[in-house]
Amino acid sequence: MSLALPAPDMARAITRISHEILERNSGSESITLLGIPTRGAHLASRIATSMREIAGQEIQCGTLDITLHRDDLRLRPPRALMPTNIPPLGVEGRDVVLVDDVLFSGRTIRAALDALGEIGRPRTVQLAVLVDRGHRQLPIRADYVGKNLPTSPSQVIKVHMTELDGVDEVTLEEGEM
Amino acid sequence: MRHLLSIADLSKIEALSILNTAETLSRVSDGPMKKLPTLRGRTIVNLFAEDSTRTRISFEAAAKRLSADVINFSAKGSSVSKGESLKDTAQTLQAMGADAVIIRHSASGAAQTLADNQWMSGSVINAGDGTHEHPSQALLDAFTIRKHLGHDGDDLTGIRVAIIGDILHSRVARSNVLLLTMLGAHVTLVAPPTLLPVGVESWPVTISYDFDQVIESVDAVMMLRIQLERMSEMFFPNAREYSRYFGLNKDRLAKMKANAIVLHPGPMNRGLEITADSADSARSVILEQVTNGVSVRMAILYLLLAGSQELEFSL
Repeated sequence: MSLALPAPDMARAITRISHEILERNSGSESITLLGIPTRGAHLASRIATSMREIAGQEIQCGTLDITLHRDDLRLRPPRALMPTNIPPLGVEGRDVVLVDDVLFSGRTIRAALDALGEIGRPRTVQLAVLVDRGHRQLPIRADYVGKNLPTSPSQVIKVHMTELDGVDEVTLEEGEM
Repeated sequence: MRHLLSIADLSKIEALSILNTAETLSRVSDGPMKKLPTLRGRTIVNLFAEDSTRTRISFEAAAKRLSADVINFSAKGSSVSKGESLKDTAQTLQAMGADAVIIRHSASGAAQTLADNQWMSGSVINAGDGTHEHPSQALLDAFTIRKHLGHDGDDLTGIRVAIIGDILHSRVARSNVLLLTMLGAHVTLVAPPTLLPVGVESWPVTISYDFDQVIESVDAVMMLRIQLERMSEMFFPNAREYSRYFGLNKDRLAKMKANAIVLHPGPMNRGLEITADSADSARSVILEQVTNGVSVRMAILYLLLAGSQELEFSL
């Protein structure tokens, strides 16, 4: 097991993503952050906190559970559902930034786009991830990346966050082949 | 978990996971996403060999909100009324490619029979079999009680529930006794001795013949329907006497604890087991039970059908 992203680097990545989101959208008024549970949701609320400090304004931040829209439901045991919380201004006409911890096959994001389409029609949809590990199976890319991490498909990336795991770090493990 | 045949088959973790999933799904149905693609391409058959309004419609609504295809099949107007056996019916449904069968039948154990024999490969969901069990009703009752009196994600420890009426013929009562006590609630059965089943002493409940004494101390009152179609023998002298001793009326309603609620699985006999003003009072959560029924049945269908059946669900 190796440490791919220690706590200080993770904090810096979150701050940098927050700056980039504000810069790209020239301000924070139109932005709605939606984190994908579990870790994406925590990540989104950290980015929101950081954006609040930088911009000095309230940031719309919520969660979007995509379990019911997954295309691989039949391949796994039933998953527990997580809450969806759409912030008060909704998604209609907003610049929605989806937030997830790891971008891998792209299927989670495809499901998130479907789920989002059921709720409303955002003006734009952008994607922020802490780690992009490659191996996409769909034509999807991230707009904001904390760290690009070249991996082999068998390796396992684990994102730990203080809210859940007591520590902030990203580790890379060799999977069983 | 492949079938839902009786509460007796469920573990506490499975029961709670159904309730928690229903909780999330109910928020989804309240929100902007009314229809979900989760069960697209799955076929669900409603096989109702006995009359039903809300259970059948509730399962149908739940299946449709998850985008499953629903085929309704009622005994009246089908080959069952020509004497077709359950086996032949099941094999026909299998040949049509049903992924799940929701069965309501007047014979106790009909759902179990369907699941045990290899007549069909899909999931079997018991929607009421004779006087045996009605698991989805008990789950929606527990869900409603928890929503009003308990905490999200918790069981029902410390909550006192009274079930009043025809326990003898009631599959709703049997399923509820099993589920509510498993979740930690204390259940009191109130009925005339003629409407209690043989062996009720061995159930994990308190038994009382005095409704007035019980009503002051419970958090939830569940009124059962007097099943007029099963009242061929003289279980009580007449309807007026039954109402006087075991019916819910304005006077009894006034004695209830401040937050206590009134449940009824429906259909109600207004004026017999429950007066109209009690059924429509602020304590009554009877219509909410119907709403919650759809969420609970969505949760059941999701947990039974969405995932791969070879793998077990865990919390």
